[in-house]
Amino acid sequence: MAELHVELVAADHLVWSGDAVIVSAQTVSGSIGIQAGHTPVLGELTSNTVVIRQESGEAVVAAVHGGFLSFADNKLSLLAETAELAKDIDKARAERALERARTSHDAAAERRAELRLKASMALLSK
Amino acid sequence: MGAKQREYRRRSRAIANIRKTTKAMEMISASRIQKARRAVEASTPYASEITRAVAAVATRSTTQHPLTDAHPNPTRAAVLLITSDRGQAGAYNANAMKSADALTAKLVAEGKTVDTYIVGRKGVGNFKFKNKPFVNSWTGFSDRPAFSDAKEVAAALVAAFTGADGVAGSVDEVHVVFTEFVSMLTQNAVQRQVLPLQLQDAADETGLPVGGGSEAGANPAEEAVTARKSELYPLYDFEPSAEGVLDALLPRYVEARVFNALLQSAASEHAARRRAMKSATDNATDLIRVYTRLANSARQAEITQEISEIVGGASALADATAGSD
Repeated sequence: MAELHVELVAADHLVWSGDAVIVSAQTVSGSIGIQAGHTPVLGELTSNTVVIRQESGEAVVAAVHGGFLSFADNKLSLLAETAELAKDIDKARAERALERARTSHDAAAERRAELRLKASMALLSK
Repeated sequence: MGAKQREYRRRSRAIANIRKTTKAMEMISASRIQKARRAVEASTPYASEITRAVAAVATRSTTQHPLTDAHPNPTRAAVLLITSDRGQAGAYNANAMKSADALTAKLVAEGKTVDTYIVGRKGVGNFKFKNKPFVNSWTGFSDRPAFSDAKEVAAALVAAFTGADGVAGSVDEVHVVFTEFVSMLTQNAVQRQVLPLQLQDAADETGLPVGGGSEAGANPAEEAVTARKSELYPLYDFEPSAEGVLDALLPRYVEARVFNALLQSAASEHAARRRAMKSATDNATDLIRVYTRLANSARQAEITQEISEIVGGASALADATAGSD
């Protein structure tokens, strides 16, 4: 089977790159799963988790805050303004951030913190 | 010690102090160039992917969108000028401002009204001094721009472009004037049209930041650009739609371009400052050498004078004693 090469890129640095079997992400029109050989696609991502499943069965989970995915020639680029790998997310800190956002009624910060938590939970359940 | 000698010594001590400062500034800039260059490199994948995506949509879709289609009769243009917050960087700011002035003159000659946006305290100061109007300005991050800074600047430009800023008559073109980091020795003030997207430009820009890597890396970067020019974009499926993707891409694209321009300018600023401070340090070293020589010859002249005074005095005394005998 052809390899699927994935690059997860944030605005200021390359977050993750490598080969994968399947990548699932959320675009504005719904959930999308991409394997090698998929038709070229360019979509707008919603702020959500992205799961990159590697051949070894290991999954890389990342929280992306808005952005795009573009796929062509078995190369998938996930572009996000900010992207964090779930394993780099400090759960306790995310919880504190969520608490703080709730008390200060900062909707954007609350969403960000929730997403971070969700990503770190998703990693645990894999 | 004679007065002359003291004066020379005092000056060379003063210059030595200045040299210490310029040497320190040179070293600080040198270390920051590396950091700034790494930031440029780190932002490259995002910038080139975004540009690629925009180019792909633009070449493959027949949809009319302000992002890709030039206004038939442009009457207003926005120019973003990127300068530094601090001086002591040689001709860095002067070059960027000269380039912006030339661009403004060109746009005005084409019958467009020009709105100027400025990044950096030096640019703001220059415009205020000359009593030239500008729409908006941002300061305080020129030497280490973060993505959030670029977002703020881009938001204002996008608002002006889409007419969301409430000013009557939206901006039809957006240009950026910044200093391109070519190598440690070469930085060029360049003018780039960001909006609407020019396709030829899109192909060129995918290779950006040109040679940001190293001096030797300039050639492979050029090759990459030519390779991309001949590249054919695949037939994409768009989610949700071509228009939807373009709408969402527009602000992201401007952000990426502004961020890249800010980062390159920051790297150029440090490189320009390092060079300016290096020549200041070299000049100070030369001056110290000159003053040390002058002080030495003054000391020698003083000694010579004293000796001749003693000799003269002794012989006058000897003459006087001989005369009285």
